[in-house]
Formats: sequence, structure tokens, C-alpha cells
Amino acid sequence: MDLTLKVWRQKNREAAGAMVTYPVKGISPDMSFLEMLDVLNEDLLRRGEDPIAFDHDCREGICGMCSLYINGRPHGPERGTTTCQLHMRHFNDGDTISIEPWRAAAFPVHKDLVVDRSAFDRIQQAGGYISVNTGGVPDANAIPIGKSIADKAFDAATCIGCGACVAACKNSSAMLFVSAKVSQLAMLPQGKTERKTRAENMVSQMDVEGFGACSNTGACAAECPVGISLENIAILNREYLSAKATSEHVA
Amino acid sequence: MNWFTKTFSSTIGRKIIMSITGLFLCSFLVVHLAGNLTLFYKDGGEAFNIYSHFMANNMLIRIMEIVLVLGFVFHIYDAVVLTRRNKAARPVGYYNSHPEQNSTWSSRNMGLLGTVILVFLLVHLWNFFVPARFGELEGVPNADYLNLYSEVVLAFKNPIYVALYVIAMVALAYHLIHGFQSAFQSLGLNHKKYTPFIQKFGYAFSVLICLGFAAIPLYFFFFV
Repeated sequence: MDLTLKVWRQKNREAAGAMVTYPVKGISPDMSFLEMLDVLNEDLLRRGEDPIAFDHDCREGICGMCSLYINGRPHGPERGTTTCQLHMRHFNDGDTISIEPWRAAAFPVHKDLVVDRSAFDRIQQAGGYISVNTGGVPDANAIPIGKSIADKAFDAATCIGCGACVAACKNSSAMLFVSAKVSQLAMLPQGKTERKTRAENMVSQMDVEGFGACSNTGACAAECPVGISLENIAILNREYLSAKATSEHVA
Repeated sequence: MNWFTKTFSSTIGRKIIMSITGLFLCSFLVVHLAGNLTLFYKDGGEAFNIYSHFMANNMLIRIMEIVLVLGFVFHIYDAVVLTRRNKAARPVGYYNSHPEQNSTWSSRNMGLLGTVILVFLLVHLWNFFVPARFGELEGVPNADYLNLYSEVVLAFKNPIYVALYVIAMVALAYHLIHGFQSAFQSLGLNHKKYTPFIQKFGYAFSVLICLGFAAIPLYFFFFV
């Protein structure tokens, strides 16, 4: 396959970026999207040019490291797919493909296609955990959890924190991410202890980071590579409202 | 800031205000349309004039009028604050973006639709509310109410007004199609037991209410 790529190039955080056009030739349809970029980068290195910086790690769809806004969609046009699992057979010979970084004030472009997603880490640190005292390992079935709750919590827990929800949202809202973390822990007995402070603190941090509000367009869930559902956002809204109404934090 | 202002100045808190005021304004639409349907009585406007006389003089209605104004003010104020925040959340846009592949047009353009409705609302108040409230109406012979009906007949002979009213009702329909069900989601009311019903009911509500309102100027323009 021969393709024309339009790629966002930006030297560093401060520099102004621009879309740059690169022809690529001889791409196998069995390659993943990232392997196709590897081919282009090898060409660039041979020519003595700066290779295109992009995030990647496991390349098997479970780590959440890869990103890329491909042809106007986060992780490309395929549903429920990370960029590393997107294969070139979904494109046609001669296609022009645009590749951009996630766009959000809270995700500044670090270089080329790499954005700084540490805002998500800070939201997690604000409450996306359970406090466990050290001691012996508890018995596996000591705390019974109903099947439907376990399933729902597991579905929410599949969020890999890639940021596609923010990239897809017209408001760059992080609600789907935050809601997955909050609802996952709020459903389980171990997470219930801190559920009020968690909802309050994570939403507060989300607002501090400069993410937008939720317009309920549903773009986030439609683009989520692991299928986090909009029901989680409703759960977050409930959790937040009840936490604000009943928590001990008056200030 | 205390907990209360902190709650309602957060993004989720403002969306809760948007949804509560939005649903309240939906209830206003039902009352308003129910009253307006008296215009279809073929009695030379008697029923409509009695209705408008009641609306202008009943104490409960006058108090609810203030609540209604507050509903509009909070809905519009929070919409402006949220829109500014949402625009600031993405200072650099995409070179190539296809939001139509993952969301509906109306859900992405609530601000635009709301602005059309606001412009209409101001014209509408100028057409009917201001003369009715600030006494520029003629009286009706042998009756103790004023003739708002003749204002309606006059206004809806103007094709520009009729066009504006119909366009505004199309905008309102799209605003409500997204807004009605979105309000329940913002309030955390999402469940497989009732969300499908809310979505279908919201769609039918939006279309029927707006058809009802749009029918009035069209009826007066073509048939009266």
C-alpha cells in the first residue's frame, strides 16, 4: 500500500507546530498503524531527519499508552480499538491519512504526537485508590460481592486511561475517565469507605486541570477503545451530588 | 467558598443547575402551549383573552413568573459560563475532525440552538408580553379584559414573524431532543429500566410541543 500521511510536527512544548505531508510506500495491510509509523520513521532516520515522536508501549491494546487522532477520530475509525490494534487493512491504497495529537488544554503537546497526560495521574492521586493497611493477605472470598456488581465494577475497571474520551469530547471533558474510576471503586466494598472524599476530590482535581464540562454528547463512549459506558457518568453525577450533600467537608 | 457555592460552581454542579432549570422550563412550555391552544377556539378570541387576563392578574401566576425569569437567568448564565470553560479546554482545534461519526448534531450545538431560542424569546416578549403587561392593548367592548387576540392576529399576518417563529420552534425541538434526556443523565438518572423510556418520551415531547407551538402562527397566517 502507498499512502500519504499528514502528520502534526511540533519541536517542543513552546514551538508552534504544523501539519507536514509524508508519502509512505510499500506498507503491508497486515501492519499495525504504529508499525506503519515505524516504517516512516526508519525512512526519516535514513534521510537524517528527526523521526516522528509518538507514544506506545505494550502494542497489544492493554496499556493505554498509544493515542493519535487519526482521520478525525481518536484511535482511528474502527470501534473499540486502540491505535496499536488498528491494522492497515482498514485503509485503502492511495489514502491520505491525517494524524494529530490529542487536543486539550490539560494535555499539552510535548513533542509531535506525544501529549502530556499527567493530568490524569493527578486526578488518580486525588482519590482514585483505596487505603489498605498492611497485614496478612485476606482470604479470597471473605468479602462476598454479587455477580452483577462485580461485572459492572470490572467493566469500569477496564479503563486504560488513554485519554481518547478527552480527545473525542468537543469540551475536552474528562468525565468518562473520572467516572470509570469513581464508579468502579464506589461499587466495591473496599472502595465504599472513601467514596465521598473520592468523588469530591477527583472532580475538584478534574476541574483544576482545566478539562471541560460534560455535554452528554456521548462521543467519549463511542470512541472509548474498551467500551466504558455513559452509565458511569450518571453514577459519577450521583456520587458527587450525594457526597456534596452528605460529606463532613463543610468548606 | 463554602460547600454550597463550591458544589454549584463545579462543572458537575453547573450541569445539575442546567438540568433542573431546563426541566422546569419544559414544564413551562406545557403550560404555555395548553393556554395558547385556546387560540384555536372559533370564538373571536374570547377564550384566549380570558386566559391572558387570568395569566396577567392571578397572584400565583405572577409569583411563578418571577421563578420562571430566574429559571431562564440561571439556565442562560450557567450555559455561558460552561461554554466559555469548554472552549478554553481546547485552545488548539483539530486539523481534521469527524464528530458527526460519534455524536448527534444537536448535542454538539446546544449553545447555538439556545441562542436562536433566546433571540426568538426577546422578539416574542416584545410582540406580546410587553404590550399585554404594560397596557398598550385595546379593550374589548362589554368585557373587563383586554384584547391580546387582535395582537396575535396582527403579528401573524407578518410573514417575517411567522418565519421567525417556525424557525425558532425547529431550533427548540432540536434543543429539547438532546436536552430533555441529557437533563436526566446530568442528574444521575440513568438506568436500563427507565432510560429507554425517557429517551423516547423526550423525543416525542420535543416534537409534539414544538409542532403545537409552530401550528399557531401557520394557522393564523394561512387560515384566519
